[in-house]
Amino acid sequence: MDIANFLLETGFWMATIRMATPLLFGTLGELICERAGVLNLGIEGIMAAGCMAGWTWVYLGGDLWTGILFAAFVGGLFGLLHALFTVHLGLSQHVTGLGITMLASALSSFVFRMLLPTATTPPKIVPFKPFPIPLLSDIPFVGDILFNQSALTYLAFLAVIATGYALFRTPAGLALRMAGENPMAVEAQGLSVFSIRTSAVVIGSALMAVGGAFLTMSAFDAFYIGMVNGRGWICIALVVFSSWKPGKALLGCLFFAAFDAVQMRVQQQSGMAIPYQFYLMMPYVFSIMALIIMSRRAAYPKALLIPFRKGER
Amino acid sequence: MPIPVLKLTNITKTFGSVIANQDVNLTLEQGEMLALLGENGAGKTTLMSILFGHYTADSGAVEVFGKQLPEGSPRAAIDAGVGMVHQHFTLAENMTVLENVMLGTESLLSPRHDKKTARGRLEELMERFCLELNPSARVKDLSVGEQQRVEILKVLYRNARILILDEPTSVLTPQEADHLFTTLRQLVKEGLSVIFITHKMREVMTASDRCAVLRQGRVVFEAATGDTSAEELARAMVGSEIPKTRRADRQRQADREMLCLDAVQVADATGKRLLNNLTLRLNSHEILGIAGVSGNGQAQLADLLSGLIQPTAGRIIIQGKPLAKPSPAAMLKHGLGRVPDDRTGTGLVADMTVMENLATESYRQPGFARRGVLNFKAMASHARQLIKSFDVRCPGIDTPVRKLSGGNMQKLILARVLADKPSIIIVNQPTWGLDVGATAYVHQQLLDAAERGAGVILISEDLDEIFRVADRIQVMYQGALSAPMPTREVERAELGLLMSGNRSPQGCALGGAA
Repeated sequence: MDIANFLLETGFWMATIRMATPLLFGTLGELICERAGVLNLGIEGIMAAGCMAGWTWVYLGGDLWTGILFAAFVGGLFGLLHALFTVHLGLSQHVTGLGITMLASALSSFVFRMLLPTATTPPKIVPFKPFPIPLLSDIPFVGDILFNQSALTYLAFLAVIATGYALFRTPAGLALRMAGENPMAVEAQGLSVFSIRTSAVVIGSALMAVGGAFLTMSAFDAFYIGMVNGRGWICIALVVFSSWKPGKALLGCLFFAAFDAVQMRVQQQSGMAIPYQFYLMMPYVFSIMALIIMSRRAAYPKALLIPFRKGER
Repeated sequence: MPIPVLKLTNITKTFGSVIANQDVNLTLEQGEMLALLGENGAGKTTLMSILFGHYTADSGAVEVFGKQLPEGSPRAAIDAGVGMVHQHFTLAENMTVLENVMLGTESLLSPRHDKKTARGRLEELMERFCLELNPSARVKDLSVGEQQRVEILKVLYRNARILILDEPTSVLTPQEADHLFTTLRQLVKEGLSVIFITHKMREVMTASDRCAVLRQGRVVFEAATGDTSAEELARAMVGSEIPKTRRADRQRQADREMLCLDAVQVADATGKRLLNNLTLRLNSHEILGIAGVSGNGQAQLADLLSGLIQPTAGRIIIQGKPLAKPSPAAMLKHGLGRVPDDRTGTGLVADMTVMENLATESYRQPGFARRGVLNFKAMASHARQLIKSFDVRCPGIDTPVRKLSGGNMQKLILARVLADKPSIIIVNQPTWGLDVGATAYVHQQLLDAAERGAGVILISEDLDEIFRVADRIQVMYQGALSAPMPTREVERAELGLLMSGNRSPQGCALGGAA
């Protein structure tokens, strides 16, 4: 029973929520892109760019919130590049996305090295501090877990609600989903598929970058090369897992983060009896299993991956 | 004289060197139903796309209610009261009827949907025009006829005063088409004006008030429907007398059975039956027509007969011998030729040359290849001979096939198939998208093949085509075949009933023997 004790610790659950935060931003960002019909494999690189941009801004003397805005802006720029290739020129979304990932990851490392050519231990910034919400955070157990997090974590949860509302309760959201289902229907109503898809990719990419910035500005306090470490790819899987629904995306992110937290705990407790790589593998095995189960009935957006060309039938 | 609700003046549009429309003048009066007729490629759809702002005209003007319409803007057309029902529906299948109707009716910047008001308005429209539907139903769960109703509702919801329908009946059963025209009549009664594009003479004569004929991009004929006749319209469409491919009453030789399907079933991976208990008998010297609305299993039947899919039960018997394991190669070996409906998909390789495409089914034969090396000289002379005898118009045998017109692609496929003198020919939608001349040519080739002794299965959604060339007709509905009926004895209405799933009055059993 020793092993399961951690389930009663606030620390474990706080870690789960914290680790879900970057996944939430990334998954919501990817979900918005795919709902409009554009797969964004640039996510891994865009998150890295967010990591670097936000951290650099603060390191060079900016404050934390404008740093987040700057990270979102940089993410949006990469999104614009992705949209230029995939939406306007109608090129392969797979190839372009992978290209963006390589470009953005490499560029982030490059800029970091240019900035700090000699640093052996990465310098630190002062990151976001936990922001206990008055009254609510005094609730025993739950208060600490849910209401004693950093501001970005609250923002991620609000983003779930905002994304759900925007997609399903506003005319713009309807147009966006329609662009991912049947672009001809959008065009026939005199709306521009190009601008709808481009906006979706830019906004989605900005969200991804904020997810990246969370890593350097809240979870840690320094930038390491390769620190996104596959989180972007996990987000892609989580979007499928969620059947392109924000609520389910939240569920998926929490599940995945909890598994990640479990593997860290179990690893510490079990010592070296089982190789640590086994635990590292667990979340990914879980996500593959979840995908196999969930994606069988997933109703993916009909026009995902299909470029729209005006005047063609 | 009142201002016409719609006035097109001197519209000209060219695509490269092809003239799609030339100096087209057309008017539409209030409360009028205008039929726009023309062969495929006559420029009907281009004209309507210009009117709706999908294309911009090279010259000319569009006036709606006396006001000039800005070019190239579907938005402006919608705002001016023009609504278009496209031939290929512009609906999102995974979304509800209401969502499809609401798209684009609210400002994209508005912070919330007003679904309640929208639903109320939609329900009111449905009631007023007898277009009953469930607003919360997903479009993919609706029948094709119902989907078309959604398209019409979309247009009405936007307060359109002018309704344009592009080939509205091409996907409907005769009964659904009747319902559509009843709806359109009512719209006209309420003061709307309607243009419908068609090439079916019957619809023009029964439904329209006035008709205009387009040929090679020009309006060549315009008249009140009451003052003209189907023959006159047909002449105007074709430009001369209709080339008739009337079947000579052939002396039926002692027919041999070429192909027989014996209670064949096909199921997909999930066990869903795609083809159900098919029984079919094809004799030499005959053309068997398979009629039906698209999506009732015709594609699967064609795939089955080409050896692309395997039966899950029943037997395929070719010239008396049951086929052990059907495959495309086995079918070819047994003398089967196929003309698929998807010309550039399964028929031809669009980026390869005319010569290469002509050799795709015979390149392993000794004449074309020796020890695994292609003999280009033999292939080239073979190709030259075929394009000459089948009158394929192309710059040369090195031309990539995608540069040919639809008609010439079809001639190319026919040339390849018929050159091997197949004993069984499977033809699926052979004249889809072809003009009158090419259609007549294809029909003649099929008739000639039957004359030589081949058995031909003609799968077509075009009843006129089936009546023109088939000896016997079977109707396909939801994966099952009706009993065969001799073409001479069958009525159009009876076929219509069978096509919509009603058994004929005589109560012929599905899958009955020949």
